[in-house]
Amino acid sequence: MKILICISNVPDTTTKIRFTADNTAFDTAGIQWIINPWDELALTRAMELKETTGGTIEKITVVAVGLKDAEPTLRKTLAIGADDAVRIDAEPKDAFFVAEQLAQVAKDYDIILCGIEASDYNGSAVGGMLSEFLGIPSISSVSKLDIENGNVKVNREIDGGSETLSTEVPFVAIVQKGIALEPRIPSMRGIMMARKKPLNVIPAVETEALTEFVSYELPPAKAACKMVDAENVKELVDLLHNEAKVI
Amino acid sequence: MDFEFTEEQLMIRQAARDYAERELIQDVLERDAKAEFPTRHIKNLTDLGFMGMIVDPKYDGGGMDTISYVLAMEEISKIDSSVSVILSVHNSLVCFGIQVYGNEKQKEKYLRTLARGEKIGAFLLSEPEAGSDASMQRTLAEDKGDYYLINGVKNWISNANSASIYIVIAQTYPEKGHKGINAFIVEKDSPGISLGPHEDKMGMRSSDTHSVMFTDVKVPKENRIGEDGFGFKFAMKALEAGRIGIAAQAVGIASGALNRAIQYAKERKAFGTEIANHQAIAFKISDMAVKVENARNLCLKAAWLKDRGKPFSTASSMAKQYAADIAMEVTTEAVQILGGYGYVKEYHVERLMREAKLTQIYEGTSEIQKIVISRSLLKD
Repeated sequence: MKILICISNVPDTTTKIRFTADNTAFDTAGIQWIINPWDELALTRAMELKETTGGTIEKITVVAVGLKDAEPTLRKTLAIGADDAVRIDAEPKDAFFVAEQLAQVAKDYDIILCGIEASDYNGSAVGGMLSEFLGIPSISSVSKLDIENGNVKVNREIDGGSETLSTEVPFVAIVQKGIALEPRIPSMRGIMMARKKPLNVIPAVETEALTEFVSYELPPAKAACKMVDAENVKELVDLLHNEAKVI
Repeated sequence: MDFEFTEEQLMIRQAARDYAERELIQDVLERDAKAEFPTRHIKNLTDLGFMGMIVDPKYDGGGMDTISYVLAMEEISKIDSSVSVILSVHNSLVCFGIQVYGNEKQKEKYLRTLARGEKIGAFLLSEPEAGSDASMQRTLAEDKGDYYLINGVKNWISNANSASIYIVIAQTYPEKGHKGINAFIVEKDSPGISLGPHEDKMGMRSSDTHSVMFTDVKVPKENRIGEDGFGFKFAMKALEAGRIGIAAQAVGIASGALNRAIQYAKERKAFGTEIANHQAIAFKISDMAVKVENARNLCLKAAWLKDRGKPFSTASSMAKQYAADIAMEVTTEAVQILGGYGYVKEYHVERLMREAKLTQIYEGTSEIQKIVISRSLLKD
């Protein structure tokens, strides 16, 4: 079996978010880019499967839609242990655009893993759209993925519990926390090997984004906390009614 | 001049940072309190390739440059210098020493296992009466024809218990002074070697430091490093490189303390505002940051020179002396900024201050570095 992990290149989760161009674009100046945390966990699980299923997994490939500046992130996945990487040479525009790009690579794989969302735009749409493009099943909110005697078993969280499913390959698994405990730290050997592993750049397919960004805004700054004396219920009610307008 | 790190260097820095922030932080206080060796962490760091990271891949090392090594040392030392001193002695004294000055047979037999981290190395130079005056070696290595017979005592030996391979400096021809000194690769389980009790240290308490006694220890002739009488020069050369590791460690300690001081200053309120808004604190932070940045640059410069095969002795002494001294200053100020919280163990900065003190003492005191630096300027 061959596993494909779809990677988003996202700003470090501690980044201070700023916008430019009249609040229509995200300001990428000085940003440190990382592998989307859910995608990184997917990669960890793929490697665990490769190590524990005795030759069942022939290859782990990572793919990202992005410009050249996404390559350090892809090379980090190679350092961690992916066998090869593909960069689809385009600026990711929206979920539909990205899913259609990924489909051209994903059609050759058995298990396709997507993080449940990307930590920057939180779109949560690529995985589902990708399975539609490929005409194969998708399973969402996957928190466990096992291969036993060549059969795939998937566990997903549902309201108040979990359910177990089995599926034929190929399929898309949209994975969430729990799929692996924590991301792996690349070893020195892995880091040295990363440049020797293939990172293939392929052109984007012609397609249109279906949505466009009109403007961004930051959440309102937290207002100062108002303290009301415990005896003064009238003032509290007045504030809730007239100022906070919640009652 | 290029201040950019390569992608690999950044990845190594991140790997070291991730390991320190995820793993070392979890039990660093407990290990410090119990003076417990970080066995699990050394095994994990071995698996990640940090033991032997600068050794030539030809001998199973990681083949990393000194810049990468400096970045890794800084990150680990921000959290835990007991771990970084184990790495430093192993990598920049023992592995470096054998790789550069050992013969092919010694490299095959010893460097390979050291580079893979299967065995840990220790460097035995200091004696009860030979610290800064390292040429006053009392430990004797008598030439007995096909072997040397070693007798004497070594003090303050980092990794003394955890190591299996020692580099021992000893005197063969006392009448020749420092030109009579030799360096040997000695297996710790050789008959006649015994360890003193674990030293109860002020800081870096989780690294294992002991005295080592040699009583009629036979060492094969083939284990001598270099020509007869090369030992003192060998020790000085190894320490030149070792100082870069310790300088990076001091930078890490200082920068770890600075980070904690910044975080605290932005959270703690006094006189109605965060203490960071008081100029007395803000200026302290500024002074600390300038010192850390200076020390880091000196350290990277020394590493850069070494990587290019240029002389780096003065640069590494400057880096080590400055970084160690500012580590003491910066950690002391961090304790001051945290006040009462800084003085209790839970907030880490008092531990960093205890760790900083050692960087001014070992692998050449700050005073010895000033001798090296001034002599390089004043000779001729």
